[in-house]
Amino acid sequence: MSKFKKKAEVKQEIPTSSMPDVVFMLLFFFMVTTEMRKSSIEVKQQIPKAAQLRKLERKTLVANLYIGQPTKAEYGSEERIQANDVFIETGDIIRWVNEEKSKLAEAEREQITIAIKGDKDAKRGIIADVETELRKGNARKVLYTAADNSAEKKN
Amino acid sequence: MARSTPEIPNASMADIAFLLLTFFLVTTTINNDRGLSIGLPPPPDPNKKDEIKMQEKNIFKIQVNSSDALLVEGDPMSDLSGLKESIIKFIRNNGQDPNSSESPQKAVVSFKTDRGTSHKRFVEILDIVQGAYYDIYAEEAGVSNKEWREAAAKLSDPSSKAIYERGKRDYPMQISIAEPTKIGN
Repeated sequence: MSKFKKKAEVKQEIPTSSMPDVVFMLLFFFMVTTEMRKSSIEVKQQIPKAAQLRKLERKTLVANLYIGQPTKAEYGSEERIQANDVFIETGDIIRWVNEEKSKLAEAEREQITIAIKGDKDAKRGIIADVETELRKGNARKVLYTAADNSAEKKN
Repeated sequence: MARSTPEIPNASMADIAFLLLTFFLVTTTINNDRGLSIGLPPPPDPNKKDEIKMQEKNIFKIQVNSSDALLVEGDPMSDLSGLKESIIKFIRNNGQDPNSSESPQKAVVSFKTDRGTSHKRFVEILDIVQGAYYDIYAEEAGVSNKEWREAAAKLSDPSSKAIYERGKRDYPMQISIAEPTKIGN
């Protein structure tokens, strides 16, 4: 019996003091490496600021168009439109809108919202061309994505 | 007494960290989808000439050129601080000033840019114009501007919808964004 008693006195716990460190390291690793977007944006994206922002009711109804100068010099310096993963021309927008619409349920197709993520230095010309095509493609709800600056200046 | 350990128990630290991690995992939404919302007009009908005659006094003209300079009602404007107030005054004029709008239903804010105008400037001005309308809506509904905009984002909730409609009822948002001119491209 005395032999067993001796054994019971030995600590058998796994040291847990380093556990939080391990967890935090994992947390930071995932925080740093997680990429939120599947496609990388290849146009400049410095979103303009505004105060009167509206939130969208349904995120699933949104399709994004990125407009700005390409970030890589090999694509030239002229502003381009990026949809999903590829650059598209203004002429392709109607087709793109229809593709995006077909991803939605039939009843919701007409409620599609196009979020135009224009770089602050993008020119009005190209964005107006996009708008004209969107009108033709019957996707008339548009959101100009902007960052909030209502904290900086009152209203 | 001599055997007591002065350590703080840190076995639960891991649980706390996990809890924090899961909390942030669940609650974080990448809320990028905020911006200025507009509705585009239907496509132009080639069979019909869409020349709508409107009285000059019912139009509040804002023009921006290719170097982002501003012309409001024909006068150059460099300081934007008074623009929102003058738009609100224009919309709520209701025929008081014979040279301004007759009624909110007839009042149109016309916003014309150039192809060379930067998107930043466009958003800045549109923000002010929409801000003028939202201020009116908020006042009509008896809430703050921000509360009204938040109510507009969840119309499935009846009380929000009531606020939304009370604000909007008498003041249709009539912002005409004209096709840009082609001077600077």
